[in-house]
Amino acid sequence: MPDSSSIPGDWRWLDADGLQILIDLLRGRGFRVVGPRIADGAIVIGDIDSAAQLPTGWLDDQDGGSYRLRQDKAAGTFDHVVGPHSLKNFLFPARETLQHWTRDDRGWHDTTPAEPPRPLAVIGVRGCDLAALAIQDRVFLGGDHVDPAYKARRERLFLLAVNCRRAAATCFCHSMGCGPAAGPGFDLALTETDGRFAVETGSEAGAALLAELAARGSPVTPAEILDEAAIEQVRDIPRRLGREMHARRAEPGRPVPRSLDTDGIRDLLFSNLEHPRWQQVADRCLSCANCTLVCPTCFCSSVSDVADLSGDHASRERQWASCFTLEHSQMHGGNARPTVASRYRQWLTHKLAGWIDQFGSSGCTGCGRCITWCPVGIDLTAEVAAIREAPTP
Amino acid sequence: MTLPAPLSYPPPESLDPGSPWHARPARIDRVRDESADVRTMVLVFEQARDRRDYRFLPGQFNMLLLPGIGEAAISIASDPEHCSAVAHTVRAVGSVTHALARLEVGDQLFVRGPFGRPWPLEELRERDLIIAAGGVGLASVQAAICHCMTHRGDYGRIAVLHGAKTPADLLCRSDYGRWRDHGIDLHLIVDHAAPGWQGPVGFVPQLLDRLEIVPSETSLICCGPEPMMEAVARRSIAAGIDPDQIFVSIERLMACASGLCGLCQLGPFFICKDGPVLSYDRIGPWLAVPHL
Repeated sequence: MPDSSSIPGDWRWLDADGLQILIDLLRGRGFRVVGPRIADGAIVIGDIDSAAQLPTGWLDDQDGGSYRLRQDKAAGTFDHVVGPHSLKNFLFPARETLQHWTRDDRGWHDTTPAEPPRPLAVIGVRGCDLAALAIQDRVFLGGDHVDPAYKARRERLFLLAVNCRRAAATCFCHSMGCGPAAGPGFDLALTETDGRFAVETGSEAGAALLAELAARGSPVTPAEILDEAAIEQVRDIPRRLGREMHARRAEPGRPVPRSLDTDGIRDLLFSNLEHPRWQQVADRCLSCANCTLVCPTCFCSSVSDVADLSGDHASRERQWASCFTLEHSQMHGGNARPTVASRYRQWLTHKLAGWIDQFGSSGCTGCGRCITWCPVGIDLTAEVAAIREAPTP
Repeated sequence: MTLPAPLSYPPPESLDPGSPWHARPARIDRVRDESADVRTMVLVFEQARDRRDYRFLPGQFNMLLLPGIGEAAISIASDPEHCSAVAHTVRAVGSVTHALARLEVGDQLFVRGPFGRPWPLEELRERDLIIAAGGVGLASVQAAICHCMTHRGDYGRIAVLHGAKTPADLLCRSDYGRWRDHGIDLHLIVDHAAPGWQGPVGFVPQLLDRLEIVPSETSLICCGPEPMMEAVARRSIAAGIDPDQIFVSIERLMACASGLCGLCQLGPFFICKDGPVLSYDRIGPWLAVPHL
């Protein structure tokens, strides 16, 4: 008799078909379901209605300024790592309308429609992604002022996480304490092993979904509970990867992940604000802002006020901003950061140092996106190491 | 062409006063031209609730929004005891401030705020105050001057130092008599003299030399261009005033004013919520780093 009362902390087996049932259940509950899928030569996060759309059998080779997909028959559904998209694209979209305004003969009126956002379920969220979400939560929800648009989306989010069993050469989550194991913060977490998934329950919402799956009497086996030994075996999959990453070694044919020494990093960077390395990075940096766009925690934005031709309809449009652009630091008296060196320094010192003062944690999760998607392959772990090696006297 | 009905929706979340994007409608009640490109405008909120509930502290700022045109962070330049009418002094330098400075009596605009940390006037009671302002920076200290006049007995000697490019650019000229009547020692200086100017020519920091300062009893509040504030701070420190008794008001581009947009960062500070008023012992080392 299957036990349908699943609780957080519960572990159950799910076979490969079970993923489709989970997707169907989420869609049936009104969720927009998104997850990893291949588009334009990369694994992005897109709409998923069938588990067949997931990139089973695909791997991503990533390095500084390089991203290539290849097929590998031995690869599972989630053995790729992170692509250019993150939860940020959905919770804090690149462009959104904050307010609509309409003018009549009495003046302007805020006519913003109060439509709650559609609930969103995200498949394949990694440890680094969950850490990035927690960081963005502190930015948008944790201060004196809460961002209402982010809050509304955040409250309607279901997270189906994945424990990594492979790292790219750009991954350094182990240095930032953000992975490779997923959590906390997920609703359900999958660990892929032997063609099936061990599912860990992380929330009441996740437990309810698993219970519904079991109650449907599907051919999958959600009711099969992992015993203690099996749980330990499954838990050891990301742990083993973490140990490999710490040791900076990899199994043959696998890339050696990066690492970042975070010891005293705030004071290291803030006491080297005039280090010659900033100019050396600037000689390579194109100031293109790719790193800030793919970063899952970068939250800078600007607001444009736009009007239609009648002048009677206006809106406030928020779009991502980047400290690599001159517009970011423009003031009437001139630009606060007129050089590429000053803008790269702003990005790196904010991410790794100022963030600690502002939000109590690093702004970096070690996801490595900024390294992969930098067109010239600038690697923040190498830049920090260079400053650490020869600090300003 | 008929307009779509603007009020058919339920109250949107952006009108929730708890939202940082909530903007209060206001109308221009009166204007005063200070100089060729600087105008002071007094706003009155349209809604009785806002006229009743709105409060600010000297040194805080509002975001002034013109729908479809843009928004700018502008210091509140009026008496904090009378919050139902709020004054802003705007210098026309960009597209938004040009539009703001063109507003006439009866025109509508929207106000988000107040935002930011104020001048720490409560902590400065019993002390001598030097209030130094360069150009339109006077707007940011005006509410502090109003507060000091209302609570004159709470403070020791008060000196206001104000500098501008030319005598015609000196702000609030019609207020000077009232300031002096309240025992404020006013010193003016201009970069370039004009016929009839009998005061000194030079920069605000020089005016410090005209004061008899008791450093241990003196605090300084200062707003103006950053190089001016740094020069005033350096000269004050040389005169023996503690850096933690020097307060400056920093300006940066900002879109949200509530710590969400990230634009106004200076070192580890968000100028919108950690500032704009910061003590010099905290912000001085960051101001000293070029292009930070």
